[in-house]
Amino acid sequence: MSSTNNAPPSTAAASKRPKYSKFTQQELPACKPILTPRWVISAFMLISIIFVPIGVAALFASRDVIEIVDRYDSVCVPANETDKVKYIQTPGFKTCNRTLTVPKHMKPPIFVYYQLDNFYQNHRRYVKSRNDQQLRDSKEANSVSGCKPEDYNNNSAIVPCGLIAWSLFNDTYSFSRKNVPLNVSKKDISWKSDREHKFGKDVYPQNFQSGSLIGGAKLDSSIPLSEQEDLVVWMRTAALPTFRKLYGRIEVELQENDVIDVTLGNNYNTYSFNGKKKLVISTTSWLGGKNDFLGIAYLTVGGLCFFLAVMFTIIYLVKPRQLGDPSYLSWNRNPGWH
Amino acid sequence: METSNHAIERTSSVNSSSKRSISSIQSRMSGGNSLREVSVAELGSKPVRQSSRGGDSEFFSMSFKEINDEDARLVYINDPERTNEEYEFAGNEVQTGKYSLITFLPRNLFEQFHRVAYIYFLVIAILNQLPQLAVFGRGASILPLAFVLFVTAVKDAYEDYRRHRADKIENNRHALVLNNGQFQSKRWKDIWVGEVIKIKANETLPCDMVLLSTSDPTGVAYVQTINLDGESNLKTRYAKQETLLRSPEGEKIVGLIKCEKPNRNIYGFQANMELDGKKLSLGPSNIILRGCELKNTTWAVGVAVYTGRETKAMLNSSGAPSKRSSLETRMNLEIVILSFFLITLCMVVSIGAAVWLKHFEDRLDSIVFYHKKDYSKGMVDIDNYNYYGWGMEIFFTFLMAVIVFQIMIPISLYISMELVRIGQAYFMVRDMNMYDEASDSRFQCRALNINEDLGQIKYVFSDKTGTLTENKMEFRCASIGGVDYSNTKASMPGDQVAYMVKVDGKLMKPKVTVKANPELLQLARSENDSPGGTYIHDFFLALASCNTLVPFVIDTSDPAVKIIDYQGESPDEQALAYAAAAYGYMLIERSSGHIVIDVQGEKQRFNVLGLHEFDSDRKRMSVILGCPDKSVKVYVKGADTTMFSVIDRSYQENVVHATENHLHSYSSLGLRTLVVGVRELSSSEFEQWHSAFEAASTALMGRAALLRKVASNVETKIKVLGASGIEDKLQQGVPEAIESLRAAGMKVWVLTGDKQETAISIGYSSKLLTGNMTQIIINNNSKESCRKNLEENLLMSKKLMPDSTIESDAARSSGTGKVQLALIIDGTSLVYVLDSDLEEQLFQLASKCSVVLCCRVAPLQKAGIVALVKRRTADMTLAIGDGANDVSMIQMADVGVGISGQEGRQAVMASDFSMGQFRFLIPLLLVHGHWNYQRMAYMIIYNFYRNSVFVFLMFWFTLFTGFTLTTAITEWSSVLYSVIYTSFPTIVVGILDKNLSRRTLLEYPQLYGSGQRDESYNSKLFWLAMADTLWQSIVVYFIPLFAYWNSTIDISSLGDLWTIAIVIVVNFHLAMDVIRWNWITHAAIWGSIIATCLCVMIIDAIPMLFGFWSIFEIGKTSLFWALLLIIIVAALAPRLVIKVLYQYYRPNDIQIAREAEKYGNLRQVEQPEVEMNSMTMANQRR
Repeated sequence: MSSTNNAPPSTAAASKRPKYSKFTQQELPACKPILTPRWVISAFMLISIIFVPIGVAALFASRDVIEIVDRYDSVCVPANETDKVKYIQTPGFKTCNRTLTVPKHMKPPIFVYYQLDNFYQNHRRYVKSRNDQQLRDSKEANSVSGCKPEDYNNNSAIVPCGLIAWSLFNDTYSFSRKNVPLNVSKKDISWKSDREHKFGKDVYPQNFQSGSLIGGAKLDSSIPLSEQEDLVVWMRTAALPTFRKLYGRIEVELQENDVIDVTLGNNYNTYSFNGKKKLVISTTSWLGGKNDFLGIAYLTVGGLCFFLAVMFTIIYLVKPRQLGDPSYLSWNRNPGWH
Repeated sequence: METSNHAIERTSSVNSSSKRSISSIQSRMSGGNSLREVSVAELGSKPVRQSSRGGDSEFFSMSFKEINDEDARLVYINDPERTNEEYEFAGNEVQTGKYSLITFLPRNLFEQFHRVAYIYFLVIAILNQLPQLAVFGRGASILPLAFVLFVTAVKDAYEDYRRHRADKIENNRHALVLNNGQFQSKRWKDIWVGEVIKIKANETLPCDMVLLSTSDPTGVAYVQTINLDGESNLKTRYAKQETLLRSPEGEKIVGLIKCEKPNRNIYGFQANMELDGKKLSLGPSNIILRGCELKNTTWAVGVAVYTGRETKAMLNSSGAPSKRSSLETRMNLEIVILSFFLITLCMVVSIGAAVWLKHFEDRLDSIVFYHKKDYSKGMVDIDNYNYYGWGMEIFFTFLMAVIVFQIMIPISLYISMELVRIGQAYFMVRDMNMYDEASDSRFQCRALNINEDLGQIKYVFSDKTGTLTENKMEFRCASIGGVDYSNTKASMPGDQVAYMVKVDGKLMKPKVTVKANPELLQLARSENDSPGGTYIHDFFLALASCNTLVPFVIDTSDPAVKIIDYQGESPDEQALAYAAAAYGYMLIERSSGHIVIDVQGEKQRFNVLGLHEFDSDRKRMSVILGCPDKSVKVYVKGADTTMFSVIDRSYQENVVHATENHLHSYSSLGLRTLVVGVRELSSSEFEQWHSAFEAASTALMGRAALLRKVASNVETKIKVLGASGIEDKLQQGVPEAIESLRAAGMKVWVLTGDKQETAISIGYSSKLLTGNMTQIIINNNSKESCRKNLEENLLMSKKLMPDSTIESDAARSSGTGKVQLALIIDGTSLVYVLDSDLEEQLFQLASKCSVVLCCRVAPLQKAGIVALVKRRTADMTLAIGDGANDVSMIQMADVGVGISGQEGRQAVMASDFSMGQFRFLIPLLLVHGHWNYQRMAYMIIYNFYRNSVFVFLMFWFTLFTGFTLTTAITEWSSVLYSVIYTSFPTIVVGILDKNLSRRTLLEYPQLYGSGQRDESYNSKLFWLAMADTLWQSIVVYFIPLFAYWNSTIDISSLGDLWTIAIVIVVNFHLAMDVIRWNWITHAAIWGSIIATCLCVMIIDAIPMLFGFWSIFEIGKTSLFWALLLIIIVAALAPRLVIKVLYQYYRPNDIQIAREAEKYGNLRQVEQPEVEMNSMTMANQRR
């Protein structure tokens, strides 16, 4: 406090009376909704009316999806191999044949996925091990920060660097029906935005998988990253430890009881972490793949809301309470009771 | 005689002397002054003064204690070199600016990090910088903290710049400093301790200095201390007589002042001065402080003792100690619980990680997504890459978990709370219902962190005078010579006597007109020598003379008319003097040696030979007047209790008796009474008194005690003249306010210095006491009788109210059919009770009473009573008062409220809130307090919920990432979550939402009980919120998880879904609880959701981030929208159900009042069935 700062209030000063405004007097016009029984019952009713049809529709959609799942990781290891990890690590292309029967008529587009279980693509070590700058920009080939330990090989930078790219899935599938090969289209299996903005059209693989330890697939160094769609798909790391990735699309119809022969190259090592590998052939619906969960969830919530609406109605009819009745105020109740 | 000489000298300067007002507490501390400081006395009934007197006598006993040399500061007068030789005292340059250009950054940061919240932020941010622990990117982890620091720093810098500018002006002001026998102009900042400085009228003092001499021959200087304590009246300071006559230019004063070390007590000063081998004591009345202004004194010379930052003004410039609201204290418990949650979550993650790593330990290298070893340097030297062994990995996992889950401790809550409190304060200050027209003062929020305490008050301690009453005394009636002249009924309209008197050709008229009793007026005017006439003459002469008022002559628009304004700090004295003026005894001039009274148009001069000031033992004051007829009379006035012990009962017994009767009837009317008496001194008596008085006034040791003794000797065998009754009007709206407070379940304790009868009658008129109350009066003179009395009454009260402890507060306050108790206890009994084992009994008894009235209490006792309650209960206490005597009580209570009234501003300075009128307590507590509490309580619980729901969401995900603390939600979103996505609505709701309208709250004061019963914040609500948190986080996390299991969903898309879902859920949750929707609330809540979506889109539009374009890709799928819908419904449905059930079948008072507000008028007709139901419901509730 100093004398100059704190001048005595001048007598001529205007009145300090606060000015009236609805805001300062906290009287802004406001709506004050109250949860009346009628309101609550209608709300729950409305929810059930909306949710039950959605649930039914979702269930139908899921039921309409035809899905063939074939787990092949253990089947494709010869029975005499005791150490699966050792088997998969031995160099060489390991083929395996599988036969699938189409349970129901499938209309194109039919999607071919591979599914990995117990594969933590969301592991913290893994998910960060990439460099998005390098993937986009050919001038940034040397930015490999965050890519350790797959950043340099023989002192030159790896493009694409990092664990994610290094561990690119390298099982292959080829399909045939009655000895006629089924064409699997690998075009446009990745997001357009990724191809156009995230992976450079002029960024080519360099020094990739040339180290002593091979993690997965190799890349053709003459094709730019934006066109290496398997890599683009793989680099969209999965959210959950069980995930599917799009392998390709079959553009022809499959009839019921069609037998499809699959020749697969079983190269990818999921054995060291007990991971499962599955091949999935599936159609889709407006809700995506085959999953009854959403339908059941909608039906459950819708049903519960209906139940609640009924319950509230009954309670309301049996034991009504007048809203805003001052006799309910605690001090208006008879003070004699305890 | 010296006195009269001075008087003659001074007649030429009537104007200057009559302008002087002697006032304020300090002036009464007039320590070691000599005869003519004829100190300011003071009228009985205000305990403030009593206490300050008490303090004063203590001071006297202290003052001659040697101040230890180590504890003292030695100041050689006019010898700054020697003074500063040994210790370099601070220069007079003030630096209120805290920083310089260089020190700004480190010091400001240092100060900001005094907040625990920031340290938590910082530690987490530092942890995050360790490469092993880097969870978030550098930017994302530091930015929020940096932003807060930056904003605060800019604010501080601006404030500091303004301070620097003010300092510069201040430091370069000029003052006259003695240099080589001449006063020369010198800049303030160059002034040293020990220098002699001359100040002219209306100049501001540059430093604290001891007065040496003034332009006034008696050494008086008047200062205005508005810059120090806000009081605008003038205070008197004195130069020592020994230094007074020396002119500093001529002969050099050589002396040594030994004074205490600089301290912040502006009302205390202790020093000795050695002058020519003589030792003089110096007290608070000898020092003038920096920041004061010299008024009505042509010049004053003093020696600088404290300079610059060591001046009392500077030492006092720091803020008041802060209080903490009870809600915040309670909240800390829940914070501890949340910390346990945090640690538990981190432990779970670490244990999970430990198990996972152990399981795969030998295979880690061949797991493609782990890749333990670094082969990049070839096969030769293979290092582990970012792997430090099993134990370390677990430890790091734990720390990383702390970083990721940090917002479990809602740090942003502290910042939100501060913002909300500022907003609430804004509305309280702006409330037109708390603006006081009379004093043109708004409500003031001096403490910013206890707004919500206002909604939980259980005990109100109130001062009486000036708080319940206006402290504007009005003379109502008098009993003179045994005849009662009550003017209450006799007065007719138009009887306002505008008494005027012609002095020097000018009409003088008193500022305040008094309703006069025509009969008495007639008698007073008709001068007769009958015994009755003498009584009346002496009575009014006593009223006009026996005081310390200074008449102040003010010009009016009419040059011929002047107004006389009596300045003084005792409103009682003013009222009496105005009354005397109305009856023709107008005090028109006072100088130190004489007074001039216009007696019925005839100017008479009286010599004031001596004045015995008021003290708390005698409870009376007296003045010895040399009358124009050469007789010497002692006029005494004082409290009846002590006056009747000194009167001459043998003389006119019937008059004494009649006066006693009148006194009794006056005080039962609630009037403040005083007894007036006179005695004529014979010349021998006078001589005897005079020599004793002279000796006592010049004594060096125990002067106060000696003076008291002299006074007691002369104040004997007094002839009773009569008694006066002064009314202290109740403030407007006080009875209604007290009724509301009691209806709201608050216990009102009135603590007053008045005597019992007055207190009780005021109690009745303010509706504090009602006819159906049983009064328990405790009025004892010993500890034993006090104990007995308490025990008996306790038993009786138990009989009357057998189960009062389990009875609900609401029922007790409404008092339906119950006997209500009122406890009346006086200060003497309190002496035995406080700080003894009786405290507990008193508390027991008092807690059974709905009203407690304490009379005759001293200021410290007031604080003692508050402490007594505060120690024994967790209930919130509020103290309200207006005077310096209430300061201790205001500071002791949980909430202190100051009334900016007639008695200076000390109470206001010490208070947390201040206002103009007692009745504003009602809107303050019942309306604003209620709102503040509800809002703040809701906000705290909501913030706990909001942050933990997000943490749980991340935690669930961690369980599906191999316990590696990956976050699906982008790091920017998790940083912005508590900053942008969800913070704004809670602040807006915390400032603006009202559960009930002002009208309803005022109509049903009982609604206040919800705050007293902690209905809006308690552990039940906390655990409910936590259960809700768990449910909502499970819904938000697991519904998408199951829906996307076995799908191609990528981490960023799912993260975006979770982000948007959680923000919508959290904002809808708030929306569900908002009671009043105005446009700001709408904008805040819907705006936040829109802002979140925009932010997510912006983040996903950056190709550099790996989640590029996810929101747009996922937004194209119908599954996304279907999930969003079901998440919102499923997450909030349980809450809605519980809310509905509670509101409908277990409604609390607030809920019913809300409904009544909306439907009340429509449904007044009651059905008997419903009545029955309500009864059964009510029974079930208990």
